[in-house]
Amino acid sequence: MNATNTFQLDGVDIPFTPGQTIMQAATAHGVYIPHLCWHPDFSAHGSCKLCTVKIKGRFGASCTIEAQAGMKVENRIAEIDDKRRTLLQMLFVEGNHFCPSCEKSGNCTLQATAYELNMMSPHFDMFYPDRPVDASHPDILLDFNRCIMCSLCVAASSEVDGKNVFYMGGRGILGRRVHISSESGKLGDTDFALTDRAAHICPVGVILPKRKGFEVPIGKRSYDQAPISAHVKKAAP
Amino acid sequence: MNAPMNAAPAAARKLRVATTSLAGCFGCHMSFLDIDERIIKLLDLIEFDRSPLTDIKHCGPCDLGLIEGGLCNAENVHVLREFRKNCKILVAVGACAINGGLPAQRNHLDLRDILEEVYQTEYLLGRGGIPNDPELPLPLNKVHPIHEVVKVDYFLPGCPPPADAFWKLLTDLLAGRTPSLGHGLLHYD
Repeated sequence: MNATNTFQLDGVDIPFTPGQTIMQAATAHGVYIPHLCWHPDFSAHGSCKLCTVKIKGRFGASCTIEAQAGMKVENRIAEIDDKRRTLLQMLFVEGNHFCPSCEKSGNCTLQATAYELNMMSPHFDMFYPDRPVDASHPDILLDFNRCIMCSLCVAASSEVDGKNVFYMGGRGILGRRVHISSESGKLGDTDFALTDRAAHICPVGVILPKRKGFEVPIGKRSYDQAPISAHVKKAAP
Repeated sequence: MNAPMNAAPAAARKLRVATTSLAGCFGCHMSFLDIDERIIKLLDLIEFDRSPLTDIKHCGPCDLGLIEGGLCNAENVHVLREFRKNCKILVAVGACAINGGLPAQRNHLDLRDILEEVYQTEYLLGRGGIPNDPELPLPLNKVHPIHEVVKVDYFLPGCPPPADAFWKLLTDLLAGRTPSLGHGLLHYD
């Protein structure tokens, strides 16, 4: 690796290969940048804005900005973490995120990110939108109450599974969510399968395999053991 | 200045604490009691005002108020306002106080439909008609978290918050620190 191919992230030298984004290089180096819609296996979406960093006084999504040699990037500073927490609070109030009754609790990226950013309350008034569940599929339950519109299931279904089961649709903050591309709008009327990549990509508790709920006891789930930043650090080569 | 030299320093005034459960299940109070024998140590430092533990019916001037549960009826709102008026520091304790929690699961249903189903139409449930005794507080159309009605100073998430989280909150406040939970004590479930 070329020795000049490093940039600084919160004062730490991060090596990168040309073409890598700030997010890719940081993650490969075990440094956590909060994010929701980015996934290493899929093209960057740049929509959740949790991964916003500051470069030369300007804000940008670290999942879409390519790393440049000598760049100085600010990540976990109070100014940005405060904005990230506000984004999370807005996500928590616009859906129905009731962790005590959610099977994904303890393994949920949204929840773990909120813990990481010390989110103590939703702060804003709750929306309590009405979003009925879809239990029509024999192996998968869809609970749209928890959708954060990250689009990872859309990407996985089209890019990996070649099925296009999901699409983003609807209008307005209460209407927009992931939809099912069958005539009835029901998952049971698609060829979606438990073996699909999209069945296991959801960072929150929308796409859930049936008959698997609460398999891991409280205290032993992913983010009971260690915060999400420690997971990224541990996963780095 | 004229005090005898050998007198013990005046005991610091005990912090006065009030607690209540609004639309909650008292699970947070039970978890609070799970601090076990530490409650003896705590009682050297605090005393309880209105609380299910004392059965005092109304809140006097207090240093700290702990609110479990959200708002599901008019009485909840009155009690919450009484606490806010009397407590220097108000803490929302548990998922229901913070986001409505389990009672808020009725929020996507029509209130009249719920009452009719429970008290009139559903087989095997009571058929005495919808209660209308004037002493019963009227249900709110929707369940709300408490921060939508009064200013809340601190939040203690969890369903329930672990006993150690109560202990951390109280010891931090008693020491004059901003409460901070950290990984393991901060959880929403």
